[in-house]
Amino acid sequence: MESIGDLLGGFAVVLSWQNLFYMLVGIVLGVIIGVLPGLGGANGVAILLPLTFSMSPTSAIILLSCIYWGALFGGAITSILFNIPGEPWSVATTFDGHPMAQKGQAGEALTAAFTSSFVGALFAIIVITLAAPLVASFALQFGPAEKFSVFFLAFCSFVGMGKEPPAKTIAAMMLGFALAAVGTDTVTGQLRLTFGSTELLGGFDFLIAVIGLFGIGEILLTMEEGLSFKGKAAGINPAVVLQTWKELPRYWMTSLRSCLIGCWMGITPAGATPASFMSYGIAKRASRNGDNFGKGDIEGVIAPETAAHAAGTSALLPMLSLGVPGSPTAAVLLGGLLIWGLQPGPLLFVEQKDFVWGLIASMYLGNIVGLAVVLTMVPVFAAILRVPFGIIAPVILVICAIGAYTVHNNTFDVVMMLVFGVAGYFLKKCNYPLAPLVLAIVLGDKAEEAFRQSLLISQGSLTVFWSNGLVGSIMALGLVALFWPAISNLFGRISKPALR
Amino acid sequence: MSDSSQQPSSAGPRQRHVEAGVAAFILVLGAITIVGSLKVGIGWGAEGPQSGFFPFWIGLMIVAASVVNMARALAQPARALFADWGQLRQVFKIVWPMAIYVAAVPWLGIYVPSFLLTAGFMRWLGRYGWPITLAISLGLQILIYLTFEKWFLVPLPKGPIEDMLGL
Repeated sequence: MESIGDLLGGFAVVLSWQNLFYMLVGIVLGVIIGVLPGLGGANGVAILLPLTFSMSPTSAIILLSCIYWGALFGGAITSILFNIPGEPWSVATTFDGHPMAQKGQAGEALTAAFTSSFVGALFAIIVITLAAPLVASFALQFGPAEKFSVFFLAFCSFVGMGKEPPAKTIAAMMLGFALAAVGTDTVTGQLRLTFGSTELLGGFDFLIAVIGLFGIGEILLTMEEGLSFKGKAAGINPAVVLQTWKELPRYWMTSLRSCLIGCWMGITPAGATPASFMSYGIAKRASRNGDNFGKGDIEGVIAPETAAHAAGTSALLPMLSLGVPGSPTAAVLLGGLLIWGLQPGPLLFVEQKDFVWGLIASMYLGNIVGLAVVLTMVPVFAAILRVPFGIIAPVILVICAIGAYTVHNNTFDVVMMLVFGVAGYFLKKCNYPLAPLVLAIVLGDKAEEAFRQSLLISQGSLTVFWSNGLVGSIMALGLVALFWPAISNLFGRISKPALR
Repeated sequence: MSDSSQQPSSAGPRQRHVEAGVAAFILVLGAITIVGSLKVGIGWGAEGPQSGFFPFWIGLMIVAASVVNMARALAQPARALFADWGQLRQVFKIVWPMAIYVAAVPWLGIYVPSFLLTAGFMRWLGRYGWPITLAISLGLQILIYLTFEKWFLVPLPKGPIEDMLGL
């Protein structure tokens, strides 16, 4: 197969001492970012993005994507030891992970979590290796209408699959589109929505929004909760690891199911968080020990961790092959590609083979390195969490501010970061989802461009989005995703009487 | 985490009021988007749809969704609290120093405000002694300087004090 050859070429690109060093640095930084409150995958990558401007794109993406893998691993540590989910997708891990730690099985829980994460990620990477080139070559034939329909499907999935009320998801998402529209119109070059302000000429940068919404907003939420960390000791040693590994193959069915759920949720950008909850819920229903879930069942750790990692990793598939990121962190990485002068989307697989296959190869290596790092260094990372909030909080605030400044070397961006931070606090407290908002800021211009070009072709008629089988079926899928809660309700009502 | 929320004495803004306020704020942003779009034209021009075409519909959808959100917010049970005053005070303790901080950065550069923010936070909110406070606040600035300006060659904003030191 051609993609295997390309992949081997990718390994040749990655296997230099420098890139391996970046990989290790990325993983360690990522875990720290995942462990600390207020720093997550998305804004951790956003803060460090400006530092990579002078690096080669391949080294830069290896560093940043490894931060992402590290953050995915790190979330489990705080969930299990401290009952504090470091990342939203590790909330479901607290349900059984922390009870296990309370029973003195922290080592088993951590090993199970890390190994499941690794399995989920590996599954997703294999899917990416095999499917991404196909999707990309297929997408090369896309016209503007097809492009828009993919955006449409992505955003509809948020509305239908998210756990927030649909009107709130729509409001947050459209707010993102509106923010993206501010500044220069990319099609005509005309200025719009600036209301005469020079600061708004360049529009809103999503990196600033990410740092504010996720970073500052999270710190404000943590302040409100008056968080004090009370953690369980992390007793992890080779014997525990080996014994847990012996036990894990028994749960292959749960793993496989979680992998599939994760990949599906990651590719349609529902994301890692719903994937982990869904996988946990289904595992609980399907398991013979379902009643033990919530009391410290190892299966309750395996299911959400596998799905979260599979989703987090497979979110890169649509980003690489279609230019539509499946998660906020993937969106930040996509922003990075644009800054490094690469055009995300199907052409990437033709024009930047070294880059794409280097990245995919680094995913394999990065996750192996990640597993080794977290298994051996858990006590160190747990110790970081014991640093009091009174020291950590101002340090994170300062790092966020510097990150916001370095995006454009502009002090006004630091002000905007605080505005986004306060907004993020209120939006989060009022149950508005932040991921669609960020994704809309990133993709707003592209979605609008595709929409307007389609209308130009059709002379203003919306029928262009139903003009052929391909675009019509993607749009139809989008509508199904949009009205999914209503549709599944209807099915539920039809099938329920039959059960009785 | 804290058990103060269960105490009957806790008082604060109601969830429904805050949610309605947030919805109203988003509605205003939607209205601004509509006004801005109308200014640049929302119709069909020489190059196809005009610049305001797309944001105009976006603005309409923001307004429509916000109306739904506001109605649903006000239909919530009246007693649920957004947060009690004590919690909000905690949040405010970080918001106002941050506001001063972001206002000071253009004038004083990043290092001096960052030092003051870290030291102030540790001393008054964390109640640490002066030696450790100063050690960490100063150490952080040195670390930032070395990482950003020396290692990654990213210049950070500087003010009069850095000029005096010749940095």
